[in-house]
Amino acid sequence: MAKIVGGVAVTHVPYIGRALAQNLQQEPYWKPFFDGFPPVHAWLEQAKPDVVVVIYNDHGLNFFLDKMPTFAVGAAPQYMNADEGWGIPTVPPFPGDLDLSWRMIDSLIEDEFDLTTCQEMLVDHAFTLPIELLFPNRIKQPVRTVPVVQNTVQFPLPSAKRCLAFGRAIRRAIENWDSDARVLIMGTGGLSHQLDGERAGFINKPFDLEFMEKLITDPDWVTQYSIADLVELTGTQGIELLNWLTCRGALGDHVEKVHANYHIPISNTAAGLLAMASK
Amino acid sequence: MTKKAKRVIPGTTLFDGDMARKGYALNKMCFSFNSEENRQAFLADRDGYCAKYGLNEEQTKAVKDLNVLAMLAAGGNAYYIAKLGGIYKLDMQDVGAQQTGMTKEAFIAKLVEAGRA
Repeated sequence: MAKIVGGVAVTHVPYIGRALAQNLQQEPYWKPFFDGFPPVHAWLEQAKPDVVVVIYNDHGLNFFLDKMPTFAVGAAPQYMNADEGWGIPTVPPFPGDLDLSWRMIDSLIEDEFDLTTCQEMLVDHAFTLPIELLFPNRIKQPVRTVPVVQNTVQFPLPSAKRCLAFGRAIRRAIENWDSDARVLIMGTGGLSHQLDGERAGFINKPFDLEFMEKLITDPDWVTQYSIADLVELTGTQGIELLNWLTCRGALGDHVEKVHANYHIPISNTAAGLLAMASK
Repeated sequence: MTKKAKRVIPGTTLFDGDMARKGYALNKMCFSFNSEENRQAFLADRDGYCAKYGLNEEQTKAVKDLNVLAMLAAGGNAYYIAKLGGIYKLDMQDVGAQQTGMTKEAFIAKLVEAGRA
């Protein structure tokens, strides 16, 4: 049976794409952010994932508001990036894993998550940049991927409780997959930030730090908050922490913290990184 | 069925069904800016481009003024407005400074300060 080796939750600010393309990792602005990654790279070298399930939200590349699924799973042989309109460079395609995609779709729908399936799917910065950050050699040593998109854009959004349950259902799907593959789960976005309105620039460091701690020890803690509570606490885009929560749900009851990093600001965002090993 | 009272979060509008209905034309136009050809067509004739997507007067004015708060009030979604901002090379600190009535320097300083909290 397939094995979930662990999970990595990480910010996906578009601006990171420019830093990667221009090799700015050691610049004073970027160093505190990029310094978080070498320990995670070292762990990944040991954990050796073959497939990565990436839980994220699309920002108007694959899904416009004409069709807005709450949960969607990619089932394509490969995933292309494309022009998102804000001037970040596009990156080469990512190989898919059709067996795992359909395994997940079958199992999740049987588990009553009535999701949308996508046999063609463009992947935006929220998928591409976290993979580039974790797998800088991905062209030479490719990992297969399965994109999982959650709606964090148009309200109503799925609740924290629902996202955690979705993550747990993803775990069941993968654990029952007849394969030798080693699977990494990623959740991308957050942490606290707000791009729009008079409250733009809102950041909540105490909440973010508590959230990162609770994600390790007690993820159900998050479910005490409604979506509106979470927006108030973390900002209109900070709500992307739902992707972290789903990722955590897929890691089982107990995890071990591998490494964490937290830095303010990258763009308007509190940039978080949390790597967790499954026990 | 009576409508549930909306949660009020100061300085914040949730992009819900009401806003999504109101802003559909505006957001659809901004979605078209994923293509360079469309970005150039917009720059060549902004009025004509807004009219083609059916923007109302309020939305067209907000777009031409590059007024982010007015675009939000007219149903614009932050991620789609950002695609319009990209045409003018506005980054998120420019957009944040405009909405909060701060200089860009002061807005950046506020972000840095949040990291010290």
